[in-house]
Amino acid sequence: MSHDHDHAQDHAHVHRYPPRPDQDDTLTYYRAMEAAVRELLIDKGVITAEDVRRQVENMDGRNAGRGAKMVAHAWLDPAYKQRMLADGSKAAEEIGLDVGPLKLVVVENTPAVHNVIVCTLCSCYPRMLLGLPPDWYKSRNYRSRVVREPRAVLAEFGTVIPDDVLIRVHDSTADMRYLVVPRRPKGTENWSEAELARLVTRDSMIGVALAENA
Amino acid sequence: MTSPVPPRGHHDMGGLPAGAIDPAEHDYALWEKRVDALMALLSHKDRRLITVDELRRNIESLGPEAYDKMSYYERWIYAITQTLLQRGTITVDELGRKIEAIRTREAQRG
Amino acid sequence: MADAVAPRFHVGDRVTVREAYPIGHVRTPYYIRGKKGVIERLCGAFPNPEELAYARSGRPAQPLYRVRFLQRDVWPDYAGPPVDVVEVEIYQHWLEAEERAR
Repeated sequence: MSHDHDHAQDHAHVHRYPPRPDQDDTLTYYRAMEAAVRELLIDKGVITAEDVRRQVENMDGRNAGRGAKMVAHAWLDPAYKQRMLADGSKAAEEIGLDVGPLKLVVVENTPAVHNVIVCTLCSCYPRMLLGLPPDWYKSRNYRSRVVREPRAVLAEFGTVIPDDVLIRVHDSTADMRYLVVPRRPKGTENWSEAELARLVTRDSMIGVALAENA
Repeated sequence: MTSPVPPRGHHDMGGLPAGAIDPAEHDYALWEKRVDALMALLSHKDRRLITVDELRRNIESLGPEAYDKMSYYERWIYAITQTLLQRGTITVDELGRKIEAIRTREAQRG
Repeated sequence: MADAVAPRFHVGDRVTVREAYPIGHVRTPYYIRGKKGVIERLCGAFPNPEELAYARSGRPAQPLYRVRFLQRDVWPDYAGPPVDVVEVEIYQHWLEAEERAR
């Protein structure tokens, strides 16, 4: 199994936030349900405690750095970008990113087109590439509004898309998952792939922000 | 001649009016990460004890009040558990006894 | 795939999303039912999620399309430029050729 040793790159994409209130040390009913189901399944030999530990660690290790690596690679290699737009899953695997059964569709921002992703029905998200989605992506307000008034929603995120740029909203209702290739910021000529990847934020790959050379 | 349009599912919210988006984020508690892990392990092709479709259907069946009150991973563990009961992977009796054993254990530790 | 329904639509075909309002697990969003769009791509054939949701096989697999809609055709009060689009993944059994829908 391959490991991603590019820790410097990952630091740009790992953030720490406070836990949700009410989580600490109170055994809520649903926390007890999780423990009960997990223990029953271990008792029955369906899973082991080690399976759970390893899977938690696996998801902990997934952050937007994986998607950023794909984007930076595409910025540097136009032929790779074309392959990525044709078949996202294959392109991910081509550079050593295991996406499992994920069917990835990659869409590209251009001077004429801006893309933004949502799952109005639940919270489908390319987790194998970007890690777990942020709370706002799963929220009622985002899921309800971005499909109907994308420009207003993007403006709330501080992203203003001019009227001469077309907005494509992608509602991932079925089996495909989406990644946006943001536009490469100016002033990044001769940058390495690792340096470029640090500019590619999770929010720019969802489409609510641009990649910026701050 | 057309009959009134039926109500939409509470989860089927695309296009409905809604408020400002709260950008605050939270790290997940360990129990929430374990719920996520359970879903990944149980839906894996080596086990196939749940599909994401069953998870979603059970979440959608929660009803508006529960759907809105419960947090994301509370809805998930509810739906995972419902699916395991529906499929017969665990029984209601086993579940009830195990939850009580856990609550007793916690109280004694308390 | 042998165990799949044959695709009926091609890229560029004009289609209408069927209006039906069953209970059960449906992945065609409410806001898009009855709307007219254009096939953007065939994604492949997948087991039907409506059936998978009840622990059934979902076979034969149904063709899944990405369908592109002009926002102004979806929302009567859409405030943005007339070229803005929304693209939604829709299963074949929810789509009708536009001519047939008239």
